[in-house]
Amino acid sequence: MATPLTVKHLTVAYQKKPVLRDITFEIPEGKLIGIVGPNGAGKSTMIQSILGLVPKVTGEVKIYGKPYNEQRQLVGYVPQRESVDWDFPTNALDVVTMGRYGHLGWFKRPGKKEKVFAMNCLRHVGMESFAENQISQLSGGQQQRIFLARALAQDALLYFMDEPFAGVDAKTEKAIIALLNELKQQGKTVLVVHHDLNTVKEYFDWLIFLNVSLIGVGETEKMFTKENLQKTYGGRLAMFDSDHESSLIIN
Amino acid sequence: MNDFWIILIGVLVACSCSLVGCFLVLRKMSMIGDAISHSVLPGIVIAFLMSGSRDSIVMMMGAAAIGLITVFLIQMFHHSGVPSDASIGVVFTALFTVGIVLISVYAGQVDLDLDCVLYGEIAYAPWNTLSIGGIESVPKAVWAVGSVFLFSLIVIGLFYKQFKICSFDPAMAAAVGIPVMLFHYLLMGLVSLTTVASFESVGAILVVGMIIIPAATAYLLTEKLSVMIGISMIIGVFSSVLGYYYAYLFDASIAGCMITVAGGFFLLALFFSPMHGIVLKAWKRKKVAAQA
Amino acid sequence: MDGLHIFQDPNTRWILFATMLLGLSSGVIGSFAYLRKQSLMGDALSHAALPGICFAFMITGSKSILFFLIGALIAGILATVLISYITRQTRIKQDSALGITLSIFFGAGIVLLTQIQHSDAGNQSGLDKFLFGQAAAMVQDDVMTMILIAAILVGVCTLFFKEFKLLSFDPGFAKGIGLPVVLLDHFIMLLMVVAVVVGLQAVGVVLMAALLITPAIAARYWTEKLHVMVMSSGIFGMLSGFIGTMASTMVENMPTGPLIVLSATAMFVFSILFAPKRGLVAKALLRVSVKNKVAKESYVKKAREGETL
Repeated sequence: MATPLTVKHLTVAYQKKPVLRDITFEIPEGKLIGIVGPNGAGKSTMIQSILGLVPKVTGEVKIYGKPYNEQRQLVGYVPQRESVDWDFPTNALDVVTMGRYGHLGWFKRPGKKEKVFAMNCLRHVGMESFAENQISQLSGGQQQRIFLARALAQDALLYFMDEPFAGVDAKTEKAIIALLNELKQQGKTVLVVHHDLNTVKEYFDWLIFLNVSLIGVGETEKMFTKENLQKTYGGRLAMFDSDHESSLIIN
Repeated sequence: MNDFWIILIGVLVACSCSLVGCFLVLRKMSMIGDAISHSVLPGIVIAFLMSGSRDSIVMMMGAAAIGLITVFLIQMFHHSGVPSDASIGVVFTALFTVGIVLISVYAGQVDLDLDCVLYGEIAYAPWNTLSIGGIESVPKAVWAVGSVFLFSLIVIGLFYKQFKICSFDPAMAAAVGIPVMLFHYLLMGLVSLTTVASFESVGAILVVGMIIIPAATAYLLTEKLSVMIGISMIIGVFSSVLGYYYAYLFDASIAGCMITVAGGFFLLALFFSPMHGIVLKAWKRKKVAAQA
Repeated sequence: MDGLHIFQDPNTRWILFATMLLGLSSGVIGSFAYLRKQSLMGDALSHAALPGICFAFMITGSKSILFFLIGALIAGILATVLISYITRQTRIKQDSALGITLSIFFGAGIVLLTQIQHSDAGNQSGLDKFLFGQAAAMVQDDVMTMILIAAILVGVCTLFFKEFKLLSFDPGFAKGIGLPVVLLDHFIMLLMVVAVVVGLQAVGVVLMAALLITPAIAARYWTEKLHVMVMSSGIFGMLSGFIGTMASTMVENMPTGPLIVLSATAMFVFSILFAPKRGLVAKALLRVSVKNKVAKESYVKKAREGETL
């Protein structure tokens, strides 16, 4: 089986300072993978440079063994919710239908088939009753679900999600994680930029620790150690272990 | 007959401006439209000096190219750390100034005066006719604006899907392989062409009003992009027809009156739009307060 | 005509002085607008001044700069109110609100202007000179008023420098320490309107925005300190006024306003290319050096890995 994602010597620099320095890693198929690191660690930038949205200084990215350009249809992307203008005159179903655009080619318009597909994706995230709602009328959690439904509509094998849990209610968070597990069961690979260290252990099979440089990649069991956390977050991390429940405080 | 031609030109200008205007408003690029409408001036003057006429295809292309250069310069300055509004401001004022200086220097040779730059000469347009394919004595402006409108309609019709997703979520569009930059410049090219074609009729500064105002008005009235484009065209058409009537009534600039009427429509929508109107919003709030 | 001649003609001397002061004051105010990301506000305000001026003329029938100032001031305030009202109350974003307000006001201004021109009284009004300005036609009274107002503007900015600085950098904090933020906000806007009106006769409605925007951007390229930036922006504006006016007296058929703007633009182009650190040339050099550095690092790393093997 081919590796879903291989990154070699990836370096990205906006100005003088590299935002990502010489990142090299590989991930296995069918895993839920958390990308973890402090603010400014380059988590979003890494996803964006893998998807070719940010130019890289050096490095090579392979999706299932080939460059991203040839494998776009295998990849789904969920950007940060704030990255779009939710006042845009369109409804939920329409946004989800946009997930099909990559499969449609240049001139074909989305037809009934695409609408039905999109509707199914909406049902999957429990939003079918909101299909005709204007997107600005939806709550933050509902908007995030629309984005997930759109990613489902992309019908990909490898998903990149940029902070899907940011600003959503607990119920939505549970629904999202259930959905991610379902994707995993189908053999799909999901990379998620994540902020909340308290839920890392519970949510992800694999972890990528990132702070400009790559700190480590591997199974959560092995990776989620005090040492790695300290390395990633530096002195800004305090860890309180009481029995088996650990809570983390970052300042 | 002249009235008919003037109204027709106004209607065509309104339709083509509204079409591109909707995308500019949604992409938060209204002021880029303003910038393009100013900066095509040197392009028009240079092309005029070279070709000796005001209505050649060369001139259209030249001015459209300057429009694209404007967008490129704005982006370049923005990427090098200038806030986007300041880079818009510096680029268009500079290019517009170059245009003004060229007009002053070649005042004898350029049949373009500053009044025309400011508010167009739609009133004289019907006398400047051109026959194409056996259809005789149709004003040149009708040909020019009409063909640009048709062209924009075809381009946006063909790539509606792409224009829509590039406006809503450019990052996602790029990730699925849509050439976002290409569509960006395509839209900017259409804006430039529309501006150049409308320039003679309504002038540099008022064309931006025809681009933004009807589109923004429609934005307050609907939740669907295709409907928004339709409404904005209708508002544009009404503005030009009513504007012509008022201009006749008050003996004032036709283009100025068109914009003022469009502004009136905007204010109406601002206050009384069923979804976003300020009056109705306040009324709803009151009702909720009364119930509570 | 040679350059020396200009200094001998008292009227030209005054005009030169006035345009320099105009450049200075708009450069200073423009730099605050730049930092507050309100550069295009200057554009909107200068266009919005037109109907105000026309109304002032229609009501008073005189061309006094004072009445124009009042008219433009009222129009400018209405325009700012409309812009902030639209952005706050509806989903229309600020750029569209600016564009809408600018074109409605200017359109209405054009309607009024053409009406004045078509009426009998307006034939000699020369109001259309305000669209592009005509520095050479200014009379001594106008020049004096201009000089006075421009001097006051610069003085006010010096006086409130500390407050404006805080307001531009961190309005939230400014509010926290008890500064009347909203009032100051309107105050800066007011200063901008005044600068616009002062500039009208020299450079006109359409190009006035450039004097507020361009020197400030040019200045930003040279320094990281606010007071240096404000001062250099003022100096750039002043120099543009000087060069533009000189050039227009030396070359025939050249309007002063556009030449002032052109000289400001030339300074901007020079700055964007050659400024240390922020200039394009300096940045290109930097990019090459970063690339080399990264390449070198990875080479060294590979070499080390080779050693350990």
